[in-house]
Amino acid sequence: MSRFDIQLPGLNMKNPIMPASGCFGFGREFSKLYDLSGLGAIAIKATTDEPRFGNPTPRVAETPGGMLNAIGLQNPGLEKVVAEELPFLADYDVPILANIAGTTTEDYVAVARTVSKAPNVTALELNISCPNVKEGGISFGTDPNVAAELTRAVKEVSDVPVYVKLSPNVTDITEIAQAIEAAGADGLAMINTLLGMRIDLKSEKPVIANRTGGLSGPAIKPVAIRMIYEVSQRVSIPIIGMGGITSADDVLEYFLAGASAVAVGTANFVNPFVCPEIITELEEKLTEKRIDHISDLIGRSWKSCYSPSS
Amino acid sequence: MTKVVHHEQIADKIYELTFEGEMVTDMVEPGQFLHIRVGDQYMPLLRRPISICDVDLDRKQCTILYRAEGEGTLLLSQKRKGVRLDVLGPLGNGFPLDTIAEGETAILIGGGIGVPPLYYLSKKLVERNVRVVHVLGFASKKDAFYVDAFEQLGTTAVTTIDGTLGYQGFVTDYMKQEAPAYDVLYSCGPTPMLKAIEEQLNPDRAYFSLEERMGCGIGACFACVCSVKDDPTGHRYRKICSDGPVFPQGVIQL
Repeated sequence: MSRFDIQLPGLNMKNPIMPASGCFGFGREFSKLYDLSGLGAIAIKATTDEPRFGNPTPRVAETPGGMLNAIGLQNPGLEKVVAEELPFLADYDVPILANIAGTTTEDYVAVARTVSKAPNVTALELNISCPNVKEGGISFGTDPNVAAELTRAVKEVSDVPVYVKLSPNVTDITEIAQAIEAAGADGLAMINTLLGMRIDLKSEKPVIANRTGGLSGPAIKPVAIRMIYEVSQRVSIPIIGMGGITSADDVLEYFLAGASAVAVGTANFVNPFVCPEIITELEEKLTEKRIDHISDLIGRSWKSCYSPSS
Repeated sequence: MTKVVHHEQIADKIYELTFEGEMVTDMVEPGQFLHIRVGDQYMPLLRRPISICDVDLDRKQCTILYRAEGEGTLLLSQKRKGVRLDVLGPLGNGFPLDTIAEGETAILIGGGIGVPPLYYLSKKLVERNVRVVHVLGFASKKDAFYVDAFEQLGTTAVTTIDGTLGYQGFVTDYMKQEAPAYDVLYSCGPTPMLKAIEEQLNPDRAYFSLEERMGCGIGACFACVCSVKDDPTGHRYRKICSDGPVFPQGVIQL
């Protein structure tokens, strides 16, 4: 019996670990390193209606315990993703969470309609929180009404369950999470990156060409944990937690905060084998701690009826 | 598992590190790079891409040269002989060897910390009976390294910006003045240098090795993309880590 298989809307996962969108491309590179079928799911890189080149370089900068990035949603566009990238992933026994982005509501709807019909896409992840593009992205993710409207529009055309990826760059994340739940979202993914900047001492200018970038990595984990702790108490839809996960202990912490699955992002760049390594380590930890099933941990940090398992 | 077997400073801020391990047997293509984790903690977070300078396949040893200047490379410079080194690679596409025929002449132009990959390239070309000519550019005499090693393989000219060693000026000044003959050009160094070489010499057969800040090093993160030359759509790109770092002349907008 598995101690960590997870069933969420559209995501029938062997284990709760998936690589996070934007940190795994469309899986091709990592498929040369290990069997992608061992992952719980795969969140593919954000797809937009038209191809996007993204931002000028430099696009990344390191920070204490993390990194800033401003890739700018570079992707080959809807047509190519459907024709080339998704069929490649169909060879693997793994559910695909397709991250979609756009500039207008119509863009999101168009991408959602087409991508959700791809045979191996089992759920959508609505990216309303990318801090690195001028239009779209985060502008949809900071106003509860706008976010709810977009969720409703995408839900109407999607053939598969819809998760909405939240931005931490807001005053009250619970308000926006509740609005999205009310609009019919099947789940939440949180958190996207925190907006940040680094300035180079020699040039006296921002290091990243886009000037600002999204902060990710271990540095943001406490922010994500706090937000999931708060949101999971206010919504009843599942949360895919992410932000700075590098180990099985981090995964347990996310579950205790209220996540029902997790995504590993930046750590894939440090150690490309990190996902399979965490999966192995997590199984060992659950056995060692005598936790019958990882879902027993969901939200335990705030549940009043908490009692240690015998 | 790889282990550091030699580590020493060979010029101002320039270090030579040799490590040993089974993975070295894959390092048969000059111009490829390694993605090295310099610390055990999450600061600095990312790996450092460093080119392969020399390989001893029999002893399963690989040598890299790097400039210890930033936080990451300074940490790397503290690795002692005997410690484990976390190396990913070899990565990327190196210099093609079969595009030059026996008896032809190759010119290898390197600038600063772009010089190291040309050493392994030169050795491989010499093995194939290609005549090699080196032009190595450094800022100053104190920054120069491997000049004797290159001289063992072929004619070697050194240029320094301040004239403290060899010819005074940039490698492009030397090329303008001396105009050595060659069939194929290979170059690695700062992008402005590569751009100047391309514009000034306009070589028919040339290969350039590029560098950029990298994230994953394997093509997944899209941090190190560069634009394709003469692309009206503006959407076409190459990833330096996985499509490069070596590109034929005319592919990339330098």
